[in-house]
Amino acid sequence: MPSVCFYFQVHQPFRLRHYTVFDDSTSYFDEFKNASVCRKVANKCYLPTNRLLLDTIRRFDGRFKVAYSITGVLLEQLHEYCPEVVSTFDALAQTGCVEFLAETYYHSLSWLYSPEEFVEQVEKHIETVEHLFGQTPRIFRNTELIYNNDLAKAISATGRFDAIIAEGVDHILGYRSPNFVYRPPDCDNLKLLLKNYALSDDIAFRFSNRNWAEFPLMAEKYANWIHDVNGNGNVVNLFMDYETFGEHQWQDTGIFNFMQRLPYEILKHPDNDFKTPSEVAASYDAVDTVDMPHITSWADIERDLSAWLGNAMQSNALHELYRLEKRVKETGDKNTINDWRRLQTSDHFYYMCTKYFSDGDVHKYFNPYDSPYDSYINFMNVLNNLTSRCTGVDAAEAKVAG
Amino acid sequence: MKIFMLGWEFPPFISGGLGTACHGLTKAMSKIGVEVIFVLPKPIDPAFSTHVTMLSPLQARGVDDLTTEQSELKNVRFRPIESPLQPYSTPEYYHRHLEEIIKQKRLVELEEIDTTYSDTSQYCGDMLTEVSRYAAAAVRLAQQEEFDVIHAHDWMTYPAGIAVAAVTGKPLVVHVHSTEFDRSGEHVNQPLYDIERRGMHAADKIIAVSHLTRNIIITRYGVKGEKVEVVYNGVDRELSSLNFDKMGSIKSDEKIVLFLGRITMQKGPEYFLMAAKQVLEVMDNVKFVMAGAGDMMGRTIEMAAAMGIGQKVLFTGFLQGQDVQKVFEMADLYVMPSVSEPFGIAPLEALNHDVPVLISKQSGVAEVLTHVLKVDFWDVKEMANKILAVLRYPPLHMTLREHGNFEVRKLAWEDTAAKCLAVYEGLMVQV
Repeated sequence: MPSVCFYFQVHQPFRLRHYTVFDDSTSYFDEFKNASVCRKVANKCYLPTNRLLLDTIRRFDGRFKVAYSITGVLLEQLHEYCPEVVSTFDALAQTGCVEFLAETYYHSLSWLYSPEEFVEQVEKHIETVEHLFGQTPRIFRNTELIYNNDLAKAISATGRFDAIIAEGVDHILGYRSPNFVYRPPDCDNLKLLLKNYALSDDIAFRFSNRNWAEFPLMAEKYANWIHDVNGNGNVVNLFMDYETFGEHQWQDTGIFNFMQRLPYEILKHPDNDFKTPSEVAASYDAVDTVDMPHITSWADIERDLSAWLGNAMQSNALHELYRLEKRVKETGDKNTINDWRRLQTSDHFYYMCTKYFSDGDVHKYFNPYDSPYDSYINFMNVLNNLTSRCTGVDAAEAKVAG
Repeated sequence: MKIFMLGWEFPPFISGGLGTACHGLTKAMSKIGVEVIFVLPKPIDPAFSTHVTMLSPLQARGVDDLTTEQSELKNVRFRPIESPLQPYSTPEYYHRHLEEIIKQKRLVELEEIDTTYSDTSQYCGDMLTEVSRYAAAAVRLAQQEEFDVIHAHDWMTYPAGIAVAAVTGKPLVVHVHSTEFDRSGEHVNQPLYDIERRGMHAADKIIAVSHLTRNIIITRYGVKGEKVEVVYNGVDRELSSLNFDKMGSIKSDEKIVLFLGRITMQKGPEYFLMAAKQVLEVMDNVKFVMAGAGDMMGRTIEMAAAMGIGQKVLFTGFLQGQDVQKVFEMADLYVMPSVSEPFGIAPLEALNHDVPVLISKQSGVAEVLTHVLKVDFWDVKEMANKILAVLRYPPLHMTLREHGNFEVRKLAWEDTAAKCLAVYEGLMVQV
């Protein structure tokens, strides 16, 4: 009787424009590129997938369910560049079969650097979801599934959430399966949902890989794998980027047909069902506590922070950015604060990743820059300009100090 | 496998990358067990030499000194050309002479050479003469040797390669380290282009040092793509292991940005200066060191002065050996703004010395290096932007240095030699 729990991450950053040390404009973002990426992804992924899932929900009369986490920075861009996408998400929300999760509005790493900023961004995201989709998120997922015990404790302490989501990392789970509900240590009111990365990645990464032994992946075969969990688990958590559909896996790979067929195949077995993360948390008791003192994430094979914090440039950029927090906030200037927050989006640091850079892998595919060095230079030039907008405060501080 | 290799220069005295490349390549070939007979032009009498720039190294010091290298080059035998040819003669004379040899397939005694040829003002005329002389002499040497393949480096040795191939019937590989389009832009020197074209078409296989160069060979010289293989150069790590006193005396808060190479059109010295000017508008404590000599040196010095940055740009003249290492050790950034660079070994050497590197996208080495900064040579503003970033953001400097140094270790001459060997073997199968 495994439940299938789909959660899709929906996100696009505000990409920076080319910004040299000689620039002094305060417009940092590449509107043209952001608009065109947004429209492209909307046409290839968001619109067709939303339509497909909406049809499926209606066809199955409430038996097919999914969850989304849509970042605030994407919602802003959708409003600006393709508002029709927001209405289709709203239509999904109206079905009652779609849950929206909470995360940091800016898809940021703020939890690692500033607890106050982190809370503000989560608040802002919850408000946005309430405003747009009329529901209050009860499940929390942190940027890129960055997680450890401390985060769980902080989220638990707010009392606002029923569950938190993390990667089902093998070396931590050991013999345990991600297909159960767990609990973080010392968090009586919070459950832990772990991603089944093997089955998730079958769709998200391997689906169109012709060298994969299971290629081509058919919905029936995949549904059987899920059915095999029967007896060994309660829930299969399939967490992935929404852009998997139509953007990472193009339409001609058959991904849409697969997704259209999958609910039939899964619901063929009367034991199976679909559940939203909240329903999973409500339906199943935690079978064990999972102790995760070290930070994990869903990125790369390392499943750690190294994609955003793996070299000196990334660490420097992040430290300099958060060091500016007090000064930025003291300006009281909405634009300055907003620019600073948009710079926090994790993608900016992902672009600076030198890991595997020479191999030209997945990091390159998502990177608008030719090299991690170019992205660092650009980011730091922008940050320098932002800093100069706060110099008034700096001077005052200097006086006080003097 | 025994290779009859035709070169033009060889360390320790070199004027550019060709000598370095020949040194690295032959050393690695020796290591993987390929025998090499390396033919070098040896000036007969320094007093008579007119081709100063090209041959001065070997005039200053005889090729016999190369014996110091012998342990590393145990499979390489050097055959300096010692035939008593006089340097003053016409290309036509040698050409006729070569044709004679080829026709008769045997050596013809050289007659006393007409020394009345006096058009010495033309660099090209002398150079062509020298090239022909070299070709004639190489044929003589070739007939005393046994070998499997002829390998000719750059246009100066192509006529020799063609002649030796014609006489011996052995397959000819020409190795293109640069083309006339790299050296002269669109205003090619026609006789040189002709020599290059003839060499490429006569060759059984062409080795290009980059895809950039391969494309030029295909589009500008009309050679079929399947005939051209790309074999990247390597870098010699041992060069950096020599011990130097750290330049402890240079304790200054001044940053040093280095240009190292011939100061000539191909290397883009004026773009370096224009970028320097923009950098200095933002940051004052920077010195720009231009190490090298060349036909544009005077103009470049004047240009720096005219731009009002003369006091910030230092010209060292041509550097070699330990001086190169010293200047690398001082540098915070090495910039190679080449307009057209078939490969570019110097950036690899900079990385070997832990110096971060900014190279133009118009360079072959940009195809193999990822942990470097790249810029279009004409995009002076972006060049200045990147120079400033390296000088102002220490984590960038650090990351470039660490990853770059690691990356450069993968570029070994052994791989270059192995790929050349594969090219030779392909030719042997055909024959």
